[in-house]
Amino acid sequence: MTREQPLLDIENLTVSFPTRQGVFEAVRGISFTLGRERLGIVGESGSGKSMTGRAILRLIRPPGRITARRLEFSGTDLLQLDEHEMRKIRGQRISMVMQDPKFSLNPVMRIGEQIMEIYRFHTGAGKRAAHARAIEMLEAVSIRDPERVMRAWPHEMSGGMGQRIMIAMMMVTEPDILIADEPTSALDVSVQTQVLSIMDRLVHERGMGLIFISHDLNLVASFCDRVLIMYAGRIVEVCAADRLHEAQHPYTRGLLGSLPRLHEPRRHLEVLKRDPAWRETPSVSGRQ
Amino acid sequence: MSRLVFNDLSVWFGEGASRVDAVRHATFEVPSGASFGLVGESGSGKSTILRALMGLAPDWSGEMIVGEQRLGPKRNRAFYKQVQMVFQDPYASLHPRHSVDQVLSEVLKLHGFRDINRRVQALLDDVGLGPGFRFRYPHQLSGGQRQRVAIARALAPEPSVLLLDEPTSALDVSVQAEVLNLLNDLREEHRLTYLLVSHDLAVVAHMCQSTAVMQNGEIVEMLTVEDMRAMRARHPYTCHLLESASGYNPNAAQAL
Ligand SMILES: Nc1ncnc2c1ncn2[C@@H]1O[C@H](COP(=O)(O)OP(=O)(O)OP(=O)(O)O)[C@@H](O)[C@H]1O
Ligand SMILES: Nc1ncnc2c1ncn2[C@@H]1O[C@H](COP(=O)(O)OP(=O)(O)OP(=O)(O)O)[C@@H](O)[C@H]1O
Ligand SMILES: [Mg+2]
Ligand SMILES: [Mg+2]
Repeated sequence: MTREQPLLDIENLTVSFPTRQGVFEAVRGISFTLGRERLGIVGESGSGKSMTGRAILRLIRPPGRITARRLEFSGTDLLQLDEHEMRKIRGQRISMVMQDPKFSLNPVMRIGEQIMEIYRFHTGAGKRAAHARAIEMLEAVSIRDPERVMRAWPHEMSGGMGQRIMIAMMMVTEPDILIADEPTSALDVSVQTQVLSIMDRLVHERGMGLIFISHDLNLVASFCDRVLIMYAGRIVEVCAADRLHEAQHPYTRGLLGSLPRLHEPRRHLEVLKRDPAWRETPSVSGRQ
Repeated sequence: MSRLVFNDLSVWFGEGASRVDAVRHATFEVPSGASFGLVGESGSGKSTILRALMGLAPDWSGEMIVGEQRLGPKRNRAFYKQVQMVFQDPYASLHPRHSVDQVLSEVLKLHGFRDINRRVQALLDDVGLGPGFRFRYPHQLSGGQRQRVAIARALAPEPSVLLLDEPTSALDVSVQAEVLNLLNDLREEHRLTYLLVSHDLAVVAHMCQSTAVMQNGEIVEMLTVEDMRAMRARHPYTCHLLESASGYNPNAAQAL
């Protein structure tokens, strides 16, 4: 990695929600940078992974609140932009594939129209060109019958098809940064490999920065460059992805230990025993 | 007795030129108290088989049997007390304006239970959600937390058959371990029958005695858990699945 300016530079980011029981902090002061790399974020359910992704795009719904000492995208302070300027960044410069793919599609618009609309908005291309490009894109994510899918409604798609359609739409806009939240959790391994290789190419050939949020530790270890491990809104450990299996923090060890293994059957899976002290330890910096 | 029999099941959507044959001639049996896996390509018809059993796919042919009961086009309330499903998409399956408490209380009332308060508490406990979650709404929950609510809701009527569509793909591995242990314990205690869809072969091997592999609407191979662990497969697609079970392999990506 070169020492150039990072794509993202984040310092002391918090996301909080007022609740009846007081203020709940979903993200509690984390710092990291993103270069032209594949950065994995893992951590248990509720640890703040999605909120971190959404905060970067300022997609936290009020009364939720974002604060940060620094939230910079290629030198631009995202917290200073007005909503109009922010909208130009969202989807064009920074894209997010949401954890709930079908939820993010418009339920009353055919799949083809949605992809073509984004493409035409982005490139100003005509209808016919947009149609051809949309078909190409669906083929790239291994959709078997793209012509049918173009005419289909979102509810007619299987779980994995929904995810792939979202990824196809993201490819249309060729963003500088892609935040992919569980983008392959519903995909079988062969389609997953296909989708990951597309993202891989975008990082290596176009210098995109990728934030890859996933529960799949083996996948993150084999696919990413660096990994942030989150617990209770903080980063408890940062490591090179290919060293994930040697991680030290008892929480990370616990996550690794709870995986079922094809070749090592056991009756009961190990369950994480949480130590209250993990919550209190200051966040580890993921800045480079 | 709650065995499941699928005999020459075909399921399709639409008609004429726009007809999609989602499942073609699927035949398999799940003995009472057993756990059976469905794995395979995305879009190959796994969810559709589950939905057909639940009465959510109108056009089908062949035979489906639960216990001794041969299913017709309609399902009654007694059926839904016996058979419950956890849907693949925890976002779409929870009503956005119903709190966790409402979701669970309603199902319990619908099935004629009395001690609602105690049962809601117990269900939340079973799926590892503390009392703090009881009055939250779906948008205040993370993906994994929602899926646990969906599992609690399916367990509420104390069914004897559970259809599980990717029950843990939205969960982190530690919660996954808790949920899988819970599902296994429940199955043993109450002799439940499971039909489980997952793309994670390690999960299927951990949970199921046998598994059908699907591709493009058809079952292409049946495997026992021993076959899986020994990587004994004949169909090229199954071989490919077993080989790529351990993570991302850029060379495999080149080969595609
Ligand atoms: N509107 C809200 N009000 C209160 N708490 C919220 C709200 N939205 C999210 N939370 C809480 O914030 C925490 C972090 O949520 P987040 O969605 O980032 O989790 P996650 O790490 O992505 O989990 P998962 O892996 O299950 O998707 C969770 O405990 C969640 O319950
Ligand atoms: N309501 C519907 N109308 C039309 N086609 C449908 C409908 N529901 C499903 N299909 C089609 O049936 C096929 C099988 O879908 P299904 O959801 O069963 O796949 P799956 O094996 O569960 O895939 P995944 O692993 O991606 O969830 C797909 O081609 C899908 O587009
Ligand atoms: Mg999330
Ligand atoms: Mg499915």
